[in-house]
This record gives sequence, structure tokens and C-alpha cells, in this order.
Amino acid sequence: MFLQKILESYPISEDYLLEILLDIDKQKENHYISKEEITLISNHLGIKESHVCSVVSFYTLLSTNPRGKYIIQICKDVPCYLNDDFNVLKTVENELNIRVNDTTRNQKFTLEYTACIGCCDEAPAIRINNITYTNLTKDKVVNIISDYKEGKHD
Amino acid sequence: MIEQIELTKRFNKIDPQSINDFLEFDGYKVFKKVLTMNSNEIINEIALSKITGRGGAGFPVSIKMSSFANETGVKYIVCNADEGEPGNFKDRYLMEKDPHQVIEGILISAYSTGASKGFIYIRGEYSKSIDIIRHSIKEAYKNNYLGDNILGSNFSFELEIRRGAGAYICGEEFALIESIEGKPGRTRVKPPFPTQQGVFNKPTLINNVETFCNLPFILRIGGNEYSKIGSEYATGTKLISLTGNVNNKGLYEVPYGRTIREVIEILGGGVKDNKEIGMVQLGGACGAIIPESLLDMDIDNEKFAIFDSKMGAGAIIVMDESFDLFDILLKNMEFFQHETCGKCMPCREGHIQVLNLIKKFVRYSATKDDYLSLESLANVIHETTLCGLGQTSMTSILSTIKFFQEEYQQRIRESLFKEGY
Repeated sequence: MFLQKILESYPISEDYLLEILLDIDKQKENHYISKEEITLISNHLGIKESHVCSVVSFYTLLSTNPRGKYIIQICKDVPCYLNDDFNVLKTVENELNIRVNDTTRNQKFTLEYTACIGCCDEAPAIRINNITYTNLTKDKVVNIISDYKEGKHD
Repeated sequence: MIEQIELTKRFNKIDPQSINDFLEFDGYKVFKKVLTMNSNEIINEIALSKITGRGGAGFPVSIKMSSFANETGVKYIVCNADEGEPGNFKDRYLMEKDPHQVIEGILISAYSTGASKGFIYIRGEYSKSIDIIRHSIKEAYKNNYLGDNILGSNFSFELEIRRGAGAYICGEEFALIESIEGKPGRTRVKPPFPTQQGVFNKPTLINNVETFCNLPFILRIGGNEYSKIGSEYATGTKLISLTGNVNNKGLYEVPYGRTIREVIEILGGGVKDNKEIGMVQLGGACGAIIPESLLDMDIDNEKFAIFDSKMGAGAIIVMDESFDLFDILLKNMEFFQHETCGKCMPCREGHIQVLNLIKKFVRYSATKDDYLSLESLANVIHETTLCGLGQTSMTSILSTIKFFQEEYQQRIRESLFKEGY
């Protein structure tokens, strides 16, 4: 149902594939593109399923595997590293009890690395779904994660 | 005054979501003036300004524009807002704090070159920039700055957003074009260049966000006046993303010709906790790493040529003495190994091998042979890859081989010592 709505919001032209995929990812609670959706998209745009797959697998913001409701992205580039005096990654890993690239059992959180998110002037920074959190301290990270755990962003 | 505020003059003074604020602050005024000029006059002003592209490659803007203007038929303008180079955030600020300035620059380019459609390609991670630009485009349509017969003229122009989805390579012009077409972002073989065959194989003019933002400024004061700002090598102002271990990280606008040291000391307030500068990386992960002794160099592309590098998009990443060179190189190489598109062999395979070699240096198990392999591999990747990613990814290694040779030699000696135990 929601997929049809997304498909209809764009002209039927294959160059909108990436836009469509990003919209689906955003709408789905577990942020992934399913096999059925790939078939529907390819039929709608008149392109091969393999082409849709190649696009999904090329771009790191997209996934064919179910992920958590909240995707926590930790910046792993130099400007954040230089300002990270408490180890952001370890802190988040400890709070969620998972390692990077894992999803929590309750499907609520997925922990990923990201390339620079352009918040280097307020480093260190992380991104949770569409929100960036900057100028992080250990306490701040713990509070942010506990807010999400308690459902304050649900 | 070391700064010169031109492109950032409306920052924090207007509500970026309000076209009225922009209009009250001289917004679209230059575009209205441009509508009374012809293509040659406009491109001539831009040629007089001697402005070069602000995305990293530093190519003269007017040459690209005039060759694009000569193309006929359907043509596209693309604004490259896929700012993914670590350490850079200027384009995000330009979009989030003065979005209509970007649109005004795109409009000037489109009108002067006869393009009828444009795309702003924004990286998917920049959610806020996407929302703000999307809103601004809507407002511009409502007020007839976009659409048919703009402001009653014969000029019509459509503009839409395309989002990236987390691929650094899409900042490369042909990878970006592929991505706009809904494909994986893998580059194409040049020539033909985008100005001849770009989006949907039609002539396409691609410029960086900051480049577009310079156009209203150039046409407001005139190309001649503009060319007086800056140094003998580069004209205008440059947005500098200053990060790392400095007291005042942030975005600064300075005329070309300021030295790196001035930016770090005066604007950045020096290094945090009174430590010494260990290294400075220029441009981002694809830029040179230089020692403190070279900081009196001007910010412009000509001077940077001495280490086969460019100023890039304007990042200055300051690292204090406590950081290890090889840890930094490891971060850089992990980045490129992840971001290579895999199309050409030296880039796809080379980065894996370079990463393995750097890991040996990090773990104190590097030999003289490892060093020689690293040096030759870095040169091969630099010289043989298809696009800018691999051509620049080795700059941090090649520059440190030149400027931090002793660190490499010492690490090899220490590795031997460690092996002995």
C-alpha cells in the first residue's frame, strides 16, 4: 500500500529508482528493501530485478537485510577521531550490548559505521536515523541512547 | 581582518526557510540584473573574475561554462552537493544557512548557458540540507524564480533534488551523473567530458555548491573587481572547514593568499591544551599531510602543486603532536578501501593491498620491503586509476613519504627491534 503511494509519487522513469528506494527505506520500520519490493519496483519501472539489486547493494544507506528501527551511525573518519577522547563507539556498544554492524535482539537498534557526516566542526558526532548529535561527551552519549531506549523518540 | 565575508554574509542574519528574508537581503537582485544581459556578457564577467572551481579540482569555471554554452539541444545543470570528503562541511552550511544563494547561482549559470533543467545532487546523509533546499525550491517556484517564463522573461528553468545514498564516489562527476540516472555510482571513461555528454548523455555543466554561490557575488561587483580579491594565483574568497585539535573549529571565509598558519593561529585560536602541531592534513582524506614547518604556505592551488596536491575543497585538519602518523594513514586508507567503486583494477585491488601494508606499520611489523611496496603501489594507484578517487587517495601516503620520511624509517627500525623479541 505505502509502496504504491511512493511509486506513484514519481514519474515512471528508471532514473527515479534511487529516490524510490530511499523513500521506502525511510518509511519501513526496519529499514530494508525486501525481495517482494524489488520485484514490484522492477515491474513498475520496467527494469530488471538485477539492476534494482545492484543499486541497493552499491549504496551504503540501503540494505536488503532487516535492520533496527533506529540506525546509529558512528563517524569513523579523522576529524571525529581527533576529538574523540572517550571512545564514542565503545560507549554506544556498551550501552546497547552489541558490536558494530549488529542489531539488538529487540530489533530496535542497528549499529553501523559511517563515513564523515560533515559535522567535523562539532566533532565527535553520530547520526541516528535522520538526526545528528554533535559535540558528544560520554554522558551525552549515554543520555541520548537511554532516551531512545525509553522510547522518547518512538 | 583576516576574514572576508562575502558568501557567508547572510549566515545567521536571515531565516533560511524564508524567501522574503533572502529578498530583503539583496537576494535574487543579481539574477534580475543578469536577466538584462546576454550570455557572452555574463560569461565574460566570469572569465574576467578568473574564478576556479571550488569542489577540489580547481578548473577555470568560465572555460567549462563557455564550452557548455556552445552545445545545443537539451542541456542540464548539476549542482554537486555530495560533500563527502572527510573534514569538509562548507556546502552543508551554504545549503542550510543560505539556500536561495545556491539557487541564484544555478539560475545565473542556466540563463547564461541556455540550460532548461537542473539537478541538485545532495548526499543522503545531509537530511537537514535536503529538507531546507526542498523547501526553498518550492518557494522559488511559488515566487516564479523557477518554472516557466521566470519573472516574465523568455527564460524557463526546472530544478529538482536528487539524493545520494551513502557513496563518497558520487562526488566524482561521472559517478554522480550515473547516480542521477538511477544507477550505481561508477565513473565513466573520459573523454567525452560531461559538458559534451553528461546526464542522459546530454551536455551537462557540473559545479560545486560553493562555485555556484560565487556567481551572484562576481556579477554583483564585476569580474574585474572580483579578480582583485585573493592572490596572484587564485582569486576570490575560499570557505575553509577548520577541524581537529584547534580551539575554535569552524567554517571561515578568507581571501585566497592567506597562509595556513594564519587560519590555524588567528581564526582557530591555535592548538588545544597548548600542545604542538604534529601534522596538518589539507583538503580532506584525499589531501596532503604536511609538517608544521610548511604552514606558512598560501592557501591556493598553485603553491600546493609542490606536493602534487591541491587545496581541495578547503579542509584544514589540525593534529596535535600526540597523534601517530600511521593511525591517521590507516583511517584514510580504510576510508578509500571502503569507498572505491570497484570499476578499475588499480583502485579496487590496490587499496586493499595498501591498507594491509599500512596495518603492518601500525602494528610495528613493517620491513624495508613493505615500505618499498607501499611506495611503488601508491604511485601506481595515483597514476593509473580512472577517476579522481584513486588519483588523489594516495596523496596522504606520497606526501608523508616526502615530509615524514624519518617516521617511516624509524617505524621500520622499531619493527625490527620488536621482531627480535
